[in-house]
Amino acid sequence: MAKTHVTMKVNGAEVEGLVEPRTLLVHFIRENLQMTGTHIGCETTHCGACTVDIDGMSVKSCTMFAVQADGSDITTIEGMANADGTLSALQEGFRMMHGLQCGFCTPGMIVRAHRLLKENASPSEAEIRMGISGNICRCTGYQNIVKAIQYASAKINGVEFQEAAE
Amino acid sequence: MNDLTPTREQRTAALEGMGCKRKRVEDIRFTQGRGSYVDDIKLPGMLHGDFVRSPHPHARVKKIDDSEALKVPGVLAVITAETLKTVNLAWMPTLAGDVQMVLADGKVLFQNQEVAFVVATDRYAADDGINKVVVEYEPLPPLVDPFKSMDKDAPVLREDLVGKMSGAHGPRKHDNHIFEWTVGDKELTDAAFNKAEVKIKEMISYHRTHPSPLETCQCVCSFDKIKGELTIYGTFQAPHVIRTVVSLIAKLPEHKIHVIAPDIGGGFGNKVGAYPGYICAAVASIVTGKPVKWVEDRIENLTATSFARDYHMTTEVAATKDGKVTGLRVHVLADHGAFDACADPSKWPAGFFNIVTGSYDFPTAHLAVDGVYTNKAPGGVAYRCSFRVTEAAYCIERAMDILAQKLNMDPAELRLKNFIKPEQFPYHSALGWEYDSGDYHTAMRKMMETTGYAALRKEQADKRAAFKRGETREIMGLGVSFFTEIVGAGPSKNCDILGIAMFDSCEIRMHPTGAGIARVGSKSQGQGHETTWAQIIATEIGIPADNIMVEEGNTDTAPYGLGTYGSRSTPVAGAAIAMAARKIKAKAQMIAAYKLEVHEDDLEFDIDGFRVKGLPEKFMSMKDICWAAYNSVPPGMEPGLEAVSYYDPPNMTYPFGAYLCVMDIDVDTGVYNVRRFYALDDCGTRINPMIIEGQVHGGLTEAFAIAMGQEIRYDEVGNVVTGSFMDFFMPTAVETPHWETDFTVTPSPHHPIGAKGVGESPNVGGVPAFSNAVNDAFSFLGSTHIQMPHDFWRNWKAAKQLGAVA
Repeated sequence: MAKTHVTMKVNGAEVEGLVEPRTLLVHFIRENLQMTGTHIGCETTHCGACTVDIDGMSVKSCTMFAVQADGSDITTIEGMANADGTLSALQEGFRMMHGLQCGFCTPGMIVRAHRLLKENASPSEAEIRMGISGNICRCTGYQNIVKAIQYASAKINGVEFQEAAE
Repeated sequence: MNDLTPTREQRTAALEGMGCKRKRVEDIRFTQGRGSYVDDIKLPGMLHGDFVRSPHPHARVKKIDDSEALKVPGVLAVITAETLKTVNLAWMPTLAGDVQMVLADGKVLFQNQEVAFVVATDRYAADDGINKVVVEYEPLPPLVDPFKSMDKDAPVLREDLVGKMSGAHGPRKHDNHIFEWTVGDKELTDAAFNKAEVKIKEMISYHRTHPSPLETCQCVCSFDKIKGELTIYGTFQAPHVIRTVVSLIAKLPEHKIHVIAPDIGGGFGNKVGAYPGYICAAVASIVTGKPVKWVEDRIENLTATSFARDYHMTTEVAATKDGKVTGLRVHVLADHGAFDACADPSKWPAGFFNIVTGSYDFPTAHLAVDGVYTNKAPGGVAYRCSFRVTEAAYCIERAMDILAQKLNMDPAELRLKNFIKPEQFPYHSALGWEYDSGDYHTAMRKMMETTGYAALRKEQADKRAAFKRGETREIMGLGVSFFTEIVGAGPSKNCDILGIAMFDSCEIRMHPTGAGIARVGSKSQGQGHETTWAQIIATEIGIPADNIMVEEGNTDTAPYGLGTYGSRSTPVAGAAIAMAARKIKAKAQMIAAYKLEVHEDDLEFDIDGFRVKGLPEKFMSMKDICWAAYNSVPPGMEPGLEAVSYYDPPNMTYPFGAYLCVMDIDVDTGVYNVRRFYALDDCGTRINPMIIEGQVHGGLTEAFAIAMGQEIRYDEVGNVVTGSFMDFFMPTAVETPHWETDFTVTPSPHHPIGAKGVGESPNVGGVPAFSNAVNDAFSFLGSTHIQMPHDFWRNWKAAKQLGAVA
């Protein structure tokens, strides 16, 4: 099948590649760019494990062709740490609040939560739950993911994180 | 001592040992997308394999034409049953003593069954090839309803078994019958029922569902023709078992098979068994000489690899009129699909379902299980539970509620009246188990006090009255569940897989600088073993957990273990870890005695080293002992500091818990609201409370899903209608309730550290709590039992049938 040349910015670096028109963005990221942090859980847009940030929006990369992302600015989980390599507030929050277990949904969940906090730096619990409802986790029951995002929100806003009473 | 000397508390805290909420070491890589899962593996020249699958639930395969497929650019081979027959691999043994087609051999027996395996240069080309394989089928009548499996005129599914009236578990009564398994005293139980003052009988179904971890099943097989070695990277909950199975069925020497299970994205029982994809990828690698990857997609995962449950349990309880149980009689019809591919210990065709007497002192009980074939996917795995334990817990916990309703007694009071008493442990159940320890009354009362149970019942009574007066359209249910699990399989006297006793193992090697590596036969799929196993060692030998690296999943380096499922890791591998650590400690004590110039018996272990009794200043730290182990051991002693332990548990462990679900249901829409869910778990000694809480949250969420909607459903002609996350209920953060957790601690008397295991308790206890809540809500309208799953539509239907909706 004829291949198309695409260029995009991924985690701040210019990348390019030759792809078939039918190549899914998630396969381009995982196999051509060899960034395997973005995962595939369902291939039907339900689970959110493949979530990446494209031009300021959360996108499920299993439901977008690589050619559709030509010219875009993409951030994946590999681009989420602080510039100095330390864990970002969200990454730290997930660890401190035990917001992950098998780790398979975690990259998509963190990338999604990153955009959520950009849109709303102090979301309520209900807003967090709705905001991550496109991402399925099979291990945690979400309660600690909510806390992880609240932890990050507090840290970003420079306030002390207070766990809600059980 | 001066001010700079750390206190005992500081020294203990520095270890991050058992009982502390140690943050997980795994999370550093997982939060940065640096985990290494099977699909992340890319070997030079690697090919991709994918399946042609059957659209029919039951059909004869007349012809497979791969000529057009082989012309597709990138397609290298199409493997069929005929190809596999040349290496004697068209069929494979299942863990349950049955055999299973690897690829359709003359017939297909369930929709989406594997028919041919297309091998190509990439996954897209493999898909192109699949579209060009032409299969000619002759459809046969499908058998969907397990209650019709043994009808005289039922279509015969397994032609390979025709005339074989005996299977792996005894006589077969019909061509579609797999086994009958009976336990208990029938005569005594029948007698108890004959003289019972009160009896209940109900057919309680536990529907078919699926573990569905977020990462599907997958593997990369790489055969090195020169060395004759096969390396398999795979999503394996039990890597050593896979190695042995591959060796036995592929006739490859076991030392030339290297099985590596890297990071695993959840398992929940789905990744215990061996699937056609593994066999086909291995054969394809042998045929092509190149590494071959197989990654199933979600639809394939839901419809082909290992369902769970599908137990239909006719349950009878006999009791006195004041509510003392006198007998239990259960008959189970078990739908196993087309092949019996249960992942149970080999001698247990219905797993440990004979834990069905639950937490209650039944003087007598009798159980019979009939396994049957249908045109559905094979399996019967333990989806986040020990083998068939969640089915058993659901059965008895529903039955106790039905009995309470009949007696007009409070379900919690009925349970308190019938619990096994603390002084009865070790308790011998009527169906043959020896319960190790428990204090059920304390746990139940703590649940009732913490939740304000009496006040909730009062509120429910008021709401019911208001409903009857027409003032509200909402009904309220309280779901009480008190479960006893049986986990930690298991003692070699009664547990094996294909003849291998179900021990587990640990090897610890301490390095000169006071750090070390522990290799364990278990395999985490998210449970956090790298974190918690190090905590056990830290407490046992006084080396900080941060200085212990835990490695699992490589069969070349880890000692043989039976893997992680059935909550067996802490009870079995956890014990092996403690025992290996104690061997390290015993040698360390000899080295310390030599260095401190005292007799071994004059030393006592003190947090992080050995101290001379009565001379507190004479102390040698474990760190220093590690160094000494490599340069100045006592004369005649071998240098080095390492140990290995294989632990054969003397008994199972029996975690338990008391759960309460408070639910409101709108009768006009069937919409429910889980107002409150309280879970008290007793898993014995607690290694890491943070991880325990996380396990409970996750297990409860799975229980919620199963009870309230998650189902693998077939239509009447055998089409599976729940093949994606659109149709298969997968709760998001919005639907998932808030969880309240609590605990009591009743250590296991036979486990080295008293731990019992926890990962599966919340699934086992949670499902009956949700279902009892729904049933309790509707009971005042005249129902005794409403089948799961309790989705909105079914709730509305129940309300309508009970006359609550016009």
